[in-house]
Amino acid sequence: MDVLKKVPVREQDAKVRATNFDEVCLGYNKEEAMEEASRCINCKNAQCMKGCPVAINIPAFIEQVKNGDIEKAYEIISESSSLPAVCGRVCPQESQCEGKCIRGIKGEPISIGKLERYVADYASQNGIKPQAAKEKKGKKVAVIGSGPAGLTCAGDLAKMGYDVTIFEALHEAGGVLVYGIPEFRLPKSAVVAKEIENVKSLGVKIETNVIIGKSITIDELMDEEGFEAVFIGSGAGLPKFMGIPGETANGVFSANEYLTRSNLMKAFDEKSPTPIKRGSKVAVVGGGNVAMDAARTALRLGAEVHIVYRRSEEELPARVEEVHHAKEEGIIFDLLTNPVEILKDENGWVNGIKCIRMELGEPDESGRRRPVEVPGSEFVIDVDTVIMSLGTSPNPLISSTTIGLDVNKKKCIIADEENGKTSKDGVYAGGDAVTGAATVILAMGAGKAAAKGIDEFLANK
Amino acid sequence: MYKIIEAKEMVPNIYWMIVEAPRVAKKCLPGQFLIVRTDENSERIPLTICDYDRENGTVTIVFQTIGVSTTQMAKLKTGDSFHDVVGPLGRPSELIDTPIDELKKKSILFVAGGVGTAPVYPQVKWLCEKGIMADAIVGSKTKDLLIMEDEMSKVSNLYVTTDDGSYGRSGMVTKVIEDLVSEGKKYDLCVAIGPMIMMKFVAKLTKELGIPTIVSMNPIMVDGTGMCGACRVTVGDEVKFACVDGPEFDGHLINFDEAMKRQQLYKTEEGRKMLELTEGDTHHGGCGNCN
Repeated sequence: MDVLKKVPVREQDAKVRATNFDEVCLGYNKEEAMEEASRCINCKNAQCMKGCPVAINIPAFIEQVKNGDIEKAYEIISESSSLPAVCGRVCPQESQCEGKCIRGIKGEPISIGKLERYVADYASQNGIKPQAAKEKKGKKVAVIGSGPAGLTCAGDLAKMGYDVTIFEALHEAGGVLVYGIPEFRLPKSAVVAKEIENVKSLGVKIETNVIIGKSITIDELMDEEGFEAVFIGSGAGLPKFMGIPGETANGVFSANEYLTRSNLMKAFDEKSPTPIKRGSKVAVVGGGNVAMDAARTALRLGAEVHIVYRRSEEELPARVEEVHHAKEEGIIFDLLTNPVEILKDENGWVNGIKCIRMELGEPDESGRRRPVEVPGSEFVIDVDTVIMSLGTSPNPLISSTTIGLDVNKKKCIIADEENGKTSKDGVYAGGDAVTGAATVILAMGAGKAAAKGIDEFLANK
Repeated sequence: MYKIIEAKEMVPNIYWMIVEAPRVAKKCLPGQFLIVRTDENSERIPLTICDYDRENGTVTIVFQTIGVSTTQMAKLKTGDSFHDVVGPLGRPSELIDTPIDELKKKSILFVAGGVGTAPVYPQVKWLCEKGIMADAIVGSKTKDLLIMEDEMSKVSNLYVTTDDGSYGRSGMVTKVIEDLVSEGKKYDLCVAIGPMIMMKFVAKLTKELGIPTIVSMNPIMVDGTGMCGACRVTVGDEVKFACVDGPEFDGHLINFDEAMKRQQLYKTEEGRKMLELTEGDTHHGGCGNCN
């Protein structure tokens, strides 16, 4: 064994997986996990923990994997994370725990994500559940949204003994884990549903089909339904469009719509009554993780897929692993390319996307080199479907119906990073609703911080 | 689960149901809609709320069977349940926010086509409760497909018309508008709800007549909360989401031709699924003999 290298993880062959929705990564088995764990040098001053937004005691859980005591390892992870099976799959470990790993200085870092995933899957397969609170506090807290921020906040509050109810607008709990991230990256019934069951087993109630701001307001929850504190983890659900001509043509979708149809409504399965357009040639505009998810979904539905992105490969905001997987599966990358118009036929259907070539100029405020149009370089890509994946912003439904809740000019709720406190007494917020679209683990970190903030608030009340 | 307190077929293919949905019933206002799912695998179907009973926590829905999902819904009987009901969604009718004194000065005309009578009803009823009797035209293809005549006649000055002349006046709703206006009626506002093509022609006529007109759009949507953007409609030079910005818009600004094209988006997929439902395994492509 080469201690400088990760124990390789088994994956579905690229050609095979491009035609199915089964999970791409197959994960470690016990021997592989123990072997990988043995590479950990158990640093006293563990840098990896500093890279983890929920501060999992990483060396301690890896030590238990090394010893083969997976149940104990799960216990350690559970102290800090309510969703380890999810995080092990979708966290950008390369820029967090693994990015800080000392092993990574000379060689490859420990495969912390894959180990976490192994431990969580082992617990799930062996019916090991997190520990519920022994004493109840008799105080009601409402959590809005059942995505990563809400589930984490609810789980932590329940462990502290609070009586927690999550309100979810859709018919199924999970938020972006259910409607956004595809089955092949995050299996719904085998992984997400089980994590949600675990949160419920802590005593958390989930009421679906309740749209806060429409079905009931935050003020009503507090004044009429007896909730003493509220956590808003409603995410960033509103899609952006480019505002170019032709965007309302038939065959132009937001990535949100395309993915919601496929993931939440199961439209990838022909038996589902919810339809989805199986394009023959698809352009996905954007370069983030959501763009990769939409592209790989369209590919699995039988299309030739192009990623159209205005900067170069180096600036792609998607995780390296996702870009790598997308390429392996045959996604075509049209980089330094920006759409200027969507073309349509006489019946209103998309039949092409007119783009212009870009080149990189001076760095902009994000520090990335600004893409500039190359004059006269317009060209057309023949496509019948266009998926816009340009990011999302928070839904103003809650902020506009809650008295005294301040938002910034991007409609993001203003909340203290330390404890999630907002401008309204007893109301806390975190995740994409506060930061704008970010990652699952950052939302979890915010949910965790807010649970602490709420506990302090209610203890002093 | 959301229990169906009462269900009936009003006329062939148009169904009426009272459903238990306390959170929706408590908050909804005329003009808003809800989304239902029949079972755990069903499509999300948006429907305008036809009536509500805050005390009993129920809402009334009316729908026409047009595809697989509505056909499934139609099979539900009194005592069965919907798997999901969520709402209220969208913005209430503009009338709700207009001061009553101002409304009383206005002469309002409602125009309903077919199953569109159902969403018109709560608005007309709401006005009637405020002491305002509006004029209402209800159009139907033929006498046997006419719905809610009794209910509507109690809360409005009702003019019924059938396309084939089998009942009431004869001809399209647009003809009745023209007739009423030439009979000397003057209107300050028109609210038209029905098939897209009807709303298009009503809006075209009222524009010529100089009557401000509100229409209620029913485009394809998934979540109904602003998340998917499937329900994009062009209003003037802006693109709006019908689910959160509407469903009611200025009828003189809507791009109806585009909206009608967008309604065709899943016709092929829906047709295939309907064939599967009606003809079982025998007839949904792949045999090589037919398309």
